[in-house]
Amino acid sequence: MSLPPFQHLVDEHWRDVARLAHGLVGPVHADDVAQQAWTQALAAYPRLTHARNLRSWLLTITHRCAMDHHRAARRTTPSDDPAALAEAPVVPPPDAPDGSLWAMVAALPERQRDAVVLRFVGDLDHRSVAAALGTSPGMSRRLVSDAVATLRLDLTDPEDPR
Amino acid sequence: MTPMTSATDPFRSFSPTLTGPPRLAPTDVSYVVDDTAVGRMLLAVRDDGRVLTTAYVPDAGAEERWLARLAAAVSPRVLRHPRPTDAVRRALEDYLAGRARRVEVETDLTLASDFQREVLTGLAASVGYGERTTYAVLAAAVGHPGAARAVGTALGGNPLCVTLPCHRVLPASGGVGGYAGGPAAKEHLLALESRPA
Repeated sequence: MSLPPFQHLVDEHWRDVARLAHGLVGPVHADDVAQQAWTQALAAYPRLTHARNLRSWLLTITHRCAMDHHRAARRTTPSDDPAALAEAPVVPPPDAPDGSLWAMVAALPERQRDAVVLRFVGDLDHRSVAAALGTSPGMSRRLVSDAVATLRLDLTDPEDPR
Repeated sequence: MTPMTSATDPFRSFSPTLTGPPRLAPTDVSYVVDDTAVGRMLLAVRDDGRVLTTAYVPDAGAEERWLARLAAAVSPRVLRHPRPTDAVRRALEDYLAGRARRVEVETDLTLASDFQREVLTGLAASVGYGERTTYAVLAAAVGHPGAARAVGTALGGNPLCVTLPCHRVLPASGGVGGYAGGPAAKEHLLALESRPA
């Protein structure tokens, strides 16, 4: 077993990690989250036991860092200010091609949002999405299809043909 | 076009402004690829500053092979980082410009086999600046008389070219013989070292 030089992972996947971070926490905090994900990945890298699915490994770490970010944001949000609380989760990227879509994605329940962003921005299959969310592939499918229904997108999940 | 491609378009076309690759601190192995006076070289150092490779990488394939070897033998935490490699880059430059008689760096022979280590340290200890030897003489000097061919092979895979001066070893039959950096690089180094100080 041998792992590729870490620089390969950076060169090949930094854009995907950055996009996912943008999708999960918005433009203001995306850099911090991506940076943190890379730092954690670099620290953990030598302990990996195989070199399969390095991309989904990186995106899973990115998702975990995004969740940590949301958790920390909730903690620092004064709880007696409901407006600020509602504001907390995600700011849609202002440069998103379809601003209304991203506003809607941001407004989804957290797990639906994470599932749909991991699935379509991260382009991960349901097994990987489920692993990132700590759930089953069946639940991942459900979260994604609920999100798609809420977004009223005419969108067929290729992983889940109906 | 499948329905899936068009259907996922709103997500696929999501292209936020990305600021660039992550900024990571130097880690177990740092490297740069440097265009030196004798060719394209991969300079890699450990976190303690010791030099792991000054190896010729004429093309991307050679670069990949050395990086894979570094990842397997030292640590998979290998990052491109100019700053930690500054010292070896300068030392190499000083040597190639004739300002120094050796590449003044601490080396780490993790990438060498036991036999290579024997040959390379014997070479560095016994064949000085401007001197030349042959594969057969070096083989005898390191205690393996008759192993000229094996010595040639060991030098051919030298991870620390120029730094550990395998260019000073020539075939007894004449000519400059083989060299990882190509014969022109070897001739250039021999000419450099035979210049009057």
